[in-house]
Amino acid sequence: MLLITCPYCEETLPEAEFAYAGQAHVIRPENPSGQSDEQWEEFLFIRENPKGPHFERWRHLHGCGRFFNAVRDTVSDKFLTTYRAGAPRPDLASLGGDAK
Amino acid sequence: MSGNRVAGKGRVDVGKSVRFTFDGKPFVGLKGDTVSSALLANGVHLMGRSFKYHRPRGPVAAGSEEPNALIGTRRGPGRFEPNTRATVQEIWQGLETTSQNKYPSLKWDIGAVNDAAYMLFSAGFYYKTFMWPKSFWHRVYEPFIRAAAGLGVSPTEEDPDTYASRFLHCDVLVVGAGPAGLAAARAAAVDGLKVVLVDENAEVGGSLLSEPQALVDGQRAWDWLAAEVEALKAAGVRIMTRTTAIGYYHQNMIGMVERLTDHLSDLPADTPRERMWRVRAKRVVLAQGALEKPLVFHGNDCPGVMLAGSAQTYLNRYGVLVGQRPVILTSHDSAWFAAFDLADAGAQVQAIVDTRESVRDDLLAEAGKRGIRLKIGHTATATKGRLRVTSLRVNPVTDGKVGAGYVIGCDAVLMSGGWTPSLHLFSHTRGSLAWDEDLTTFLPKDTPENCVIAGASRGLWGVEAVLNDGADKGRAVAADLGGTGGETACSVASDRTGTGVSHTELPTDLNPGKAKAFVDYQNDVTAKDLRLAVREGMRSIEHVKRYTTNGMATDQGKMSNINGLNIAADALGKKQPQVGLTTFRPPYTPTSFGAFAGYHRGAHFEVTRKTRIDGWAEENGAVFEPVGQWRRAWHFPKPGEDMDTAVRRECVATRQSVGIFDASTLGKIEVVGPDAVEFMNRMYTNPWTKLAPGRCRYGLLCGDDGFIRDDGVIGRLTTDRFHVTTTTGGAARVLNMMEDYLQTEWPDLNVWLTSTTEQWATIALNGPKAAALLAPLVEGVDLTDEAFPHMSCVECTVAGMPARLFRVSFTGEIGFEVNVPAPRGRTLWEVLWEAGRQYDICAYGTETMHVLRAEKGYIIVGQDTDGTVTPKDAGLDWAVGKSKPDFVGKRGMARPDLTSEGRKQLVGLLTEDHSRLEEGAQIVFDPTQALPMTMVGHVTSSYHSDAVGRPIALALVEGGHGRMGETVHIPMPDRTIAAKITPMVFVDPDNARLKI
Ligand SMILES: [Zn+2]
Repeated sequence: MLLITCPYCEETLPEAEFAYAGQAHVIRPENPSGQSDEQWEEFLFIRENPKGPHFERWRHLHGCGRFFNAVRDTVSDKFLTTYRAGAPRPDLASLGGDAK
Repeated sequence: MSGNRVAGKGRVDVGKSVRFTFDGKPFVGLKGDTVSSALLANGVHLMGRSFKYHRPRGPVAAGSEEPNALIGTRRGPGRFEPNTRATVQEIWQGLETTSQNKYPSLKWDIGAVNDAAYMLFSAGFYYKTFMWPKSFWHRVYEPFIRAAAGLGVSPTEEDPDTYASRFLHCDVLVVGAGPAGLAAARAAAVDGLKVVLVDENAEVGGSLLSEPQALVDGQRAWDWLAAEVEALKAAGVRIMTRTTAIGYYHQNMIGMVERLTDHLSDLPADTPRERMWRVRAKRVVLAQGALEKPLVFHGNDCPGVMLAGSAQTYLNRYGVLVGQRPVILTSHDSAWFAAFDLADAGAQVQAIVDTRESVRDDLLAEAGKRGIRLKIGHTATATKGRLRVTSLRVNPVTDGKVGAGYVIGCDAVLMSGGWTPSLHLFSHTRGSLAWDEDLTTFLPKDTPENCVIAGASRGLWGVEAVLNDGADKGRAVAADLGGTGGETACSVASDRTGTGVSHTELPTDLNPGKAKAFVDYQNDVTAKDLRLAVREGMRSIEHVKRYTTNGMATDQGKMSNINGLNIAADALGKKQPQVGLTTFRPPYTPTSFGAFAGYHRGAHFEVTRKTRIDGWAEENGAVFEPVGQWRRAWHFPKPGEDMDTAVRRECVATRQSVGIFDASTLGKIEVVGPDAVEFMNRMYTNPWTKLAPGRCRYGLLCGDDGFIRDDGVIGRLTTDRFHVTTTTGGAARVLNMMEDYLQTEWPDLNVWLTSTTEQWATIALNGPKAAALLAPLVEGVDLTDEAFPHMSCVECTVAGMPARLFRVSFTGEIGFEVNVPAPRGRTLWEVLWEAGRQYDICAYGTETMHVLRAEKGYIIVGQDTDGTVTPKDAGLDWAVGKSKPDFVGKRGMARPDLTSEGRKQLVGLLTEDHSRLEEGAQIVFDPTQALPMTMVGHVTSSYHSDAVGRPIALALVEGGHGRMGETVHIPMPDRTIAAKITPMVFVDPDNARLKI
């Protein structure tokens, strides 16, 4: 079972308290109706599938209830970092991850 | 004492005899014996039949790696377990054991014809033999495979035992309490570090239990061990025996199963049989030791052929001579010591056969002292004996040429092909391995986990070497955690260091094509099978493994993987690392379902959510159905009523007078804040700005893909407060979705979301008399169409309780939903029930609710929709606020596929023959078309309707909205049913009945 650090609770807790919530930094456009079909398809369906660091969202479902972001290496299954929703993407190089 | 028990040897209690049975025959062993050691003491080697060929088999090992000696164990009714290792199961007074895979008896087994039909069962036999003809599959092949497959017999009764589950957090977990593990634990237990030492055996000591001759710092091994255990306890180390570390999971979580009662004659009260530990350790030291390799030669599976190290264990730990006239067959020095121990204990060692050309002088001298015949530079080519080995055929090998064979009579063959580090848990960590050419084995390299590996499991040999390595590792781990480990280096005299060589099959002068030289005993895989697999094109060990099933039995190839790899690599002409090693996976040894299930069985398997009114329903004969985790009253049959009759009565009573329904399970979310209305506008398809406080509206929730997710009536209590209801099953999902948008897309909105599902008990009253019943109990509002019209809500007092009252209808009748604080739900129900007697009030369940709503064409999200239905498809276009600039799903609904012609749309169906359709049945336009027919939709809801006078159905049909009045067809196994497409509303389309 993974251990995950909630950036709001600032505690490292077992995976069972959390729920995965898909890829991070997929921003819902300001004016969806102004989006072309291709743009909307991209927003709805097209996702990364990296071998290596993956920016993803988790929710501390059985804790504070907050959504937050994480960088998890899909090869080692290790969390490189977690950070609050709305915070900028962390620099992969500073995390020791293999940026691809 | 029996003839095979050696006085003064072993750690068993000679004063305490223990009676048990094997295949119904009584036996006597000693306290401390395993089933295997006790049977061997009684001269019994034959303990089972093999899985595929039903060949007679005896124990080949003395520990948990045992592939052959699998037995059933029984402790009275309900307590039967198959596939128990006889080498692990401790005996207790009254234990009943049985052998497996035999019929009618272990000594004469009819399944052994498989052995004669050997060629049929060679590598890939499933793939080749059972391919043709097709019709033979279910009549001939499958029954045969089913009868032949599987080990042992499953228990048939419910397990009466309980199983526990616990968490444990520690600084250092040491897996394996042999010399390396003991030393590691001792060195790490400093500065208050919390250390746990775990071992699968009944007592700690590991290989020291089999090597009493060693002198550790001048002390005899077992004295040193006893003192060490005391020292560990004094240092605060938690020692857990009979506890198997079954798996190494992410971030140093180790699963362990502790066996608490399987070794006891009398079960203590209130004690679980097993306990699953989930251990989170800051550091882990793996000291799992090494496993001895069998040698691969014709007849190496005959009962009496076993590992030399195991024979040494049976002698030193249990005081049992596994043979009076053993032959030693080895390619490693270690077996020589076993020979010496057995000879010193009185065995007539017939010979030491060593495959190597030369052997250390000191070993030769020791053998000479004991007068043991030596066969250096020899191979073994066959055994004789059916139920017990009677001789071994050996041949000299000169310059690779096998000379003439001759026979050595014996009653046991003790073999050693060298030792393999046990890397199971290390492998679970996804640790990488490095091939060691000298040791012909894989050694641990890197691991992503915080773990170190110590002792024989990293290829070290000899008590002194592993003790000091364990201490080094313990010290390093302690230092890592800020501790300062002391000096613990020790010296060991009478240490048995040694080396050896590795073989594939032993060379032979006989036809290798006819050799039954087993590599995997449990799955009956021979060296020939492996070579055949390579000849037939298998290149990777993963393919060879699956084609031959080598290493795929319950022992996961603890003994067979490395020999299998060496043979496959040889056949391919490649080095072992190029062929690869299969990955070990948890659990390390077979683990009971009970241990995994723990407390989660029976009623505790999953929570059952009950409303506050559930008790009333139960007392009044309700039949329940599960809805999500809730148990809901399904219908309330009166004596003698079946479900259909009860539901029809409930429907009629509600439409004629008044029905009462427990709607407490409806999801409820309180949306509050200055931006609440803006939030609702963005989340739901409907417009909310103009909804006045005190009014409510049917709300529809879509995803950004434009498909329906949920629905429910939403009341605006004040300008900044909405009482949102959701479907029963969707409550948590909807709240999660709302939180997601609120937290991450619209953090600027000032809104709070609170789940209030369990804060309120919700009772629905429906029917022409609903208002008349309720009005006298309500304070604060008149229940008239003028003061409180349909789709109103108000905070008021009902029967003296604070309440939120909604005038809504999911039945088409005048309807109210009364919400009161949950603890008062049953009181309100009983008040309403009493007040309703004069109107013949009728309690109805979810089935009647479904019928009544279907008669009105109200959909159930998840039943009439499936995640690909748009509001338009469902006929709910009217609920979409098209003039709003944006809401979740607006852009999605405009996607080309969602606006195209020919989508499946929800419609009503009436069958021509007045039969009731089956929910889920497929629909076609032309029933005469060729198979396979083009399916154009399916029935989503179907009920008998008294109000309509015939069965009604809802269905998704391609282009359904444009096909009113057309006939579609529903092909069923026995006939094809014709049905007419109708609007979805079957009852009171003008809503006249909603008026008070
Ligand atoms: Zn949190």
